[in-house]
Amino acid sequence: MALDKPYLDVPGTTIFDAEQSRKGYWLNQFCMTLMKSQNREVFKSNERAYLDQWPMSEEQKQAVLDRDLNRCISLGGNIYFLAKIGATDGKSFQQMAGSMTGMTEEEYRDMMIKGGRSVQGNRVVGEDGDAQAHRQPQGQHSPQGAH
Amino acid sequence: MAHLSASVYTSHVPAIGAALDLGKSAEPYWQPLFKGYEYSKQWLKDNTPDVIFLVYNDHATAFSLDIIPTFAIGCAAEFQPADEGWGPRPVPMVKGHPELASHIAHSVIQQDFDLTIVNKMDVDHGLTVPLSLMCGQPTSWPCPVIPFAVNVVQYPVPSGKRCFQLGQAIQRAIKSFDEPLNVQIWGTGGMSHQLQGPRAGLINKEFDARFMDLLIHHPEEAAAISHIDYVRDAGSEGIELVMWLIARGAMADVNGGPPVELMHRFYHVPASNTAVGHAILKNS
Repeated sequence: MALDKPYLDVPGTTIFDAEQSRKGYWLNQFCMTLMKSQNREVFKSNERAYLDQWPMSEEQKQAVLDRDLNRCISLGGNIYFLAKIGATDGKSFQQMAGSMTGMTEEEYRDMMIKGGRSVQGNRVVGEDGDAQAHRQPQGQHSPQGAH
Repeated sequence: MAHLSASVYTSHVPAIGAALDLGKSAEPYWQPLFKGYEYSKQWLKDNTPDVIFLVYNDHATAFSLDIIPTFAIGCAAEFQPADEGWGPRPVPMVKGHPELASHIAHSVIQQDFDLTIVNKMDVDHGLTVPLSLMCGQPTSWPCPVIPFAVNVVQYPVPSGKRCFQLGQAIQRAIKSFDEPLNVQIWGTGGMSHQLQGPRAGLINKEFDARFMDLLIHHPEEAAAISHIDYVRDAGSEGIELVMWLIARGAMADVNGGPPVELMHRFYHVPASNTAVGHAILKNS
């Protein structure tokens, strides 16, 4: 019998379940190595060579090199693991989270100061909230933000 | 006999720790947040327990994908603040209470909650930020701390109901410890927030207010909230709130005792990506 996964229709959201975890095992385990300052230095000095030490897919490696966190997550990454890459880059959680929305750092920070993203229209795929697929990327500089 | 005197609930946002560590707490952005904890710091000074049982989640720090325990109790004599990628926080080492921790592990496992016993682990912001919020920046923490880590990183995470019942079992375990220790239980994490994807930055003040109301007055109803409801209404990381239910389940009023007293309640948006909630409940 298929497992019950009631969380697949939440817009802009990936639940890190056993299937994602299996896909992202090496991607996430690579991230764990960045918890040592020496490893962070080695990674920064030659990212490609560092990534090649793990049996990650080429797509996963490229997503890390591009710092494309949405892509990393779709390939099995989890934000708490991926945060180690951001930390290595000297980024805060706010900068990392904001980078996944298409907004500039300032736009995202302002949204949070104004009370954050509304849940209205963002509970279920198919509504019209700002986290829905048809409204990506967000922010003034994106094609969506222009109108 | 040991007794549980109070429970503390608080978010554990890493940026709060960074703000303190970098001397930014008086900045306009952070000032309202820290003001909400002024009462709590004084309260803790006036009501310092012998041990804090601190429920938190590890954020892929001590536990990678190698081992993912659902409930893990720290039984070591000490726990070092972890390097989460930014370098370790400049906060005191955390002293454990191996005797009480082992006793609770023994008792709770015999009450059918299959805990993982951890004798060596570093502790991350999930544990150290609540201590900083409640104690400020001391040279040593005011008392020993038993770290209790809950998996909320990889689905499925334990249900609110299971967490609440675990709190009840922990309360029975504490009561059966022979030494006359004064113990507090802290539940940390939340409130509404989402750190991932195009939906990052979600905050739901209505959900948070209702959750706090239920937690205080109708905790069984709060415990009935399902995983998917947390995700939809409070963001994917809002699920951390199940950890507050462990602390709430340990209070006297839900274990045949007298009503609890609300000492303090505070809410603030934002701290980085997150809605910060905080409350203190006292057993009478």
